[in-house]
Amino acid sequence: MCLAIPAKIISISGVTAKVDFGGNTIKEVDVSLVDAKIGDYVLVHAGYAIQVLNKKDAEETLKLWNEILSEI
Amino acid sequence: MDNQFRSLNLAKKALKRIKYLTPSHEVKFCHVCGTHEWVITHYGIRSLLPNKIDVIAGPGCPVCIVPAKEIDEAVWLALNKATVLTFGDIIRVPGSKISLAQAKALGGKVKIVYSVKDAVEIAKQKPNEEFVFFAIGFETTAPSTALEAARNPPKNLSFLISHRLIPPVMELLLGIGDLHIDGFIAPGHVSTIIGLKPYEVFPKVYKMPTVIAGFEPLDVLFALIILLKQISHGEAKLENEYSRSVKWNGNLKAQKLINEVFNVTDGFWRGLGKVPASALKLKEKYSSLDAKLKYEIKLNSPSKDLLPGCSCHLVIIGKIKPTECPLFMKACTPQTPKGSCMVSMEGTCAIWAKHGASTKKVEN
Ligand code: SF4
Repeated sequence: MCLAIPAKIISISGVTAKVDFGGNTIKEVDVSLVDAKIGDYVLVHAGYAIQVLNKKDAEETLKLWNEILSEI
Repeated sequence: MDNQFRSLNLAKKALKRIKYLTPSHEVKFCHVCGTHEWVITHYGIRSLLPNKIDVIAGPGCPVCIVPAKEIDEAVWLALNKATVLTFGDIIRVPGSKISLAQAKALGGKVKIVYSVKDAVEIAKQKPNEEFVFFAIGFETTAPSTALEAARNPPKNLSFLISHRLIPPVMELLLGIGDLHIDGFIAPGHVSTIIGLKPYEVFPKVYKMPTVIAGFEPLDVLFALIILLKQISHGEAKLENEYSRSVKWNGNLKAQKLINEVFNVTDGFWRGLGKVPASALKLKEKYSSLDAKLKYEIKLNSPSKDLLPGCSCHLVIIGKIKPTECPLFMKACTPQTPKGSCMVSMEGTCAIWAKHGASTKKVEN
C-alpha cells in the first residue's frame, strides 16, 4: 500500500508522464505533486510521483554509509 | 548504482559495526512501516542481529489499522448505494461481520483500483452510476486523494475518507507503559511527504532516538547503526538516513494539498481505539464529496475490531510477535485470515507467514 518505486521519466504531457520502471515496464503516472522533468528519477506511489530522486542524493547516501563505517 | 545499495560487503561491515555498538543491556527499536517489516523479514535481518537487539513492528500497515466500523460503512455502501472503488489489499480485511470481498459475493458492488485517478476515470465513464472511493492509507497516499478532490471530480463520485497520520500513533506507542521502546525507525515514504519536522517531538520531548530510513536492507542496517550510536553516546537526536528521498521540509506541494482539502481530527485505529489528531477529514468546502454526508449510512450493530482469539491489537503495536498468537498458521493463514494483520501484504502476520519468520539468532 505504501510501497513506492523509483522510475525514470520518458515523456511528459500536461500532468501525466510516461515513466520507465525498468524491465520494460512503462506506465503513466501523475506528476502534479512534484517538479520533475524528462530524464529525472521519481518515486512513484499508487499512480502518482511523490518525489524527485536525483543522482547526487543517491551518491550522498553511499557517502554517508561509508562515512559511518569509517568512524571508530 | 543499485548494486552498491545492496552490496554484501557493505552489509557485512555494517553488521560488524552493529555488533561493536551493541550495548550490554537489551534494546528495542520500533519501526512503523509495513515495507520496513517486509525488508527486515524478507532479508532475515532479525536473525543476523545480536540477541540484545530487538526490532518490533509498530502500526505501520495502512490496511491493518482500518477499524472494522469503516469497513462496515464501505460494505453497507457497496450493498446498498454505490460501487465502492478501493485498493486491492483492503477488500479482504474483515469488517464486523463481512469483508468487502464477501459483500461482493453477496451481490455488492466492489471494484479494485490502483489509484484514485482510476476511480475518477471510472466515475466519468459511467455518469449515471454512483461511486465511492474508499480512501485508505497514511500520509503517502493522502496527497493523491487531496489532489483529485481538489480537481473537481465528477458528481457521481464521493469519498469515504479513512486516511491516518503516523506521528500521532508513534506518540501513542510511547504512552504504552510496558512497551519500552529505545528508538524509532521512522517510515521513509511517509517522511518523503511530511519531512522531518513532525518527528522533532520524539527526541526533544521524549528523549527518543529517531531515524528516518529507506527500504534497502542496508538502509535498515544503517538506521540501526545510527540509533545504536546515539544510545552509546547517551544522545537522542532526529537523523535522516533516507536523505536521497526525504528532505527536511518534505514535499511542500503535497502538504499544501492535504491542508487545503483536509482537517486533522481524532481517528480510530483497529484494536487501538481513538488516537488524538491522527486522522483526516474533508473540510467543509469539500463536504459535497463526503460519502458519509451524501448517504445516510445505517449500521445496525456496534462494530467489532477483533474476531475471537485474534491478537492483531497486540501485533499492531509490536507487543507480541505473530508466532505468539495461538491462531498463527493454525486457524489463521493467508488463505483463511482471521485478522487484518494476516490479509495485507504489509501486515506483520502475513509477512511472517509468507517468509517463514526466522527467530534464529546469532551468538553475540
Ligand atoms: S495470526 Fe491471525 S489471528 Fe493471530 S494476530 Fe495475526 S491476524 Fe490475528
